Amino acid sequence: MNIYVCVKHVPDSAATITVEGKTGINEKITFLLNPYDEHAVTEAARIKASSADTEVIAVCLGKAAAENTLRAAMAMGADRSILIETDTSRDSIFTARALAAAIRSDGRPWMVFTGKESIDSEGMQTQFRLAQYLSLPVATNAIKVDADSDGVTVECEREAGTIDVYRMAAPCVIGAGKGLNNPNYPTFPDIVKSRKKPIKKIGTAELTIDTPVAGMQIQELVPAVEQHSPKALTGSPADIAAQIVDILKNEAKVI
Amino acid sequence: MQPIGLLIEFKSGHIKPANFGMATAARAENRQLVALMVDAPADDDKAALEAYGVTRIVNIHTDSNQWNPAMHAAAVVAAMQENGITTLIGLTSPAGRELLPRVAAQLDAPLVMDCIEIDLDDHRVKTSQFSGKTIATIAMTGTHFIYGMRANVIAPLEAPAAAEVIDFSYTANHPSGFEVIETRTDGSGSQYLAESDIIISGGRGLKNAENFKLIFDCARHLNAAVGASRVAVDNGWVPYAMQVGQTGVKVNPKVYMAVGISGSVQHFAGMKTAKTIIAINTDANAPIMAHCDYYAVGDLFDILPALEKALASMTR
Repeated sequence: MNIYVCVKHVPDSAATITVEGKTGINEKITFLLNPYDEHAVTEAARIKASSADTEVIAVCLGKAAAENTLRAAMAMGADRSILIETDTSRDSIFTARALAAAIRSDGRPWMVFTGKESIDSEGMQTQFRLAQYLSLPVATNAIKVDADSDGVTVECEREAGTIDVYRMAAPCVIGAGKGLNNPNYPTFPDIVKSRKKPIKKIGTAELTIDTPVAGMQIQELVPAVEQHSPKALTGSPADIAAQIVDILKNEAKVI
Repeated sequence: MQPIGLLIEFKSGHIKPANFGMATAARAENRQLVALMVDAPADDDKAALEAYGVTRIVNIHTDSNQWNPAMHAAAVVAAMQENGITTLIGLTSPAGRELLPRVAAQLDAPLVMDCIEIDLDDHRVKTSQFSGKTIATIAMTGTHFIYGMRANVIAPLEAPAAAEVIDFSYTANHPSGFEVIETRTDGSGSQYLAESDIIISGGRGLKNAENFKLIFDCARHLNAAVGASRVAVDNGWVPYAMQVGQTGVKVNPKVYMAVGISGSVQHFAGMKTAKTIIAINTDANAPIMAHCDYYAVGDLFDILPALEKALASMTR
């Protein structure tokens, strides 16, 4: 049985983002496997470990450098990878179509994992579109997955203190949340082994992707400006407390 | 008149106030505001919606008596089609994160979540990307347009109107392969972070789970929500749903108090748009102290009890 894990190659959240041109960023910074996708790969590897004849396949739409992210996914437990190569940034409508086409041409999924969102574009939607194109049920922000051959029982955190428990028939799409597991950070031998695992590279033209009628196009990217100028609150704890109350009451007007 | 669908949400039986800011942002002379309400808990919300310019209320009735995002999204799509609605605006809230992408996927429509500005005529929005380090202007193309707004970016302004109420029953097939077993609520999520006007967050300086009581005590007097830094969550002091930051909730309150939080890049990604940021930290050189509006260099174990006392005497 095949478990597909869709992953994204994203800038390290600690990296300095410099806007280049009108809509791009300087890409000479550290990129890595999207943090939520680490949970997705880890969960797929965990399920594989307790299931017979199961293969975990990482799938990524990205530029050539995304190969590093697929190597990371394989070091964390994926058996092989598919890189759908593109030389431009793609919106989630195209991305989901490409991922669905690549999965369809590769095999029949038992489950498809994604992260619940990517930390660069923060679109929060690719898993839903992927499910739609594959005609599969979907649940997101999963914090617990119990899989059997018929389907999965999945617990999803909707908000603080609210957990929804869903039963989805297999195949299905699951967006991994942070509470799902502790990522399998690879050991050195894992990394060495991952170098021998295969990556199939395909161009978007080789896949059957119908041209989207809809799209989201970035027109301009600008650095976010900060407008704070810090002022000190001083004195005894009671003095500081009184100043905070004053700010809440007279400046912020929230009480 | 172009109908604009507003996906209305409820909390404790009433409309969430953030919906009124959404109505304010959508209002224009050539538009009709249509409130879409799925299994609305009460009928007394008509006047509140009218006050903000809604002229049509569609009460969507499904045959499920519980939260079911697959069915609710399908019901919203059906109600949009029935009412000729091609533009839908909702909140980037827990329910919005589930419903808006499902609606967009079904309609194969563009969707931008967490919008801080929307232009419904040109289908253009602004949203933050790269952990809040950049602001992107995004142009949407398609036949339908779905917008997820960040809560509280537009202050609600009244514009009274009279609304007609329409009932819409959704009884189509149950979405296949998707079943709700149960929803468990433990009561810890008293107030959703992203929609709160005041948030008090604790970090490493709190030292343990018990000390979070000091924050909850202050928050109660202010009806504030309580958040946390990643360190506090990773140490298991508070649940993940309380995490503010890059891999947590992104918030936009009027006041954000960071207590015992040094202010990592990842934390700023979730709270930098707060109007007023107040930091309390023993370390005068913590990054948060240079990126806030007010800072107090001091021990939170002295300042929080003093603040609690000051708030208690004020609200008594």
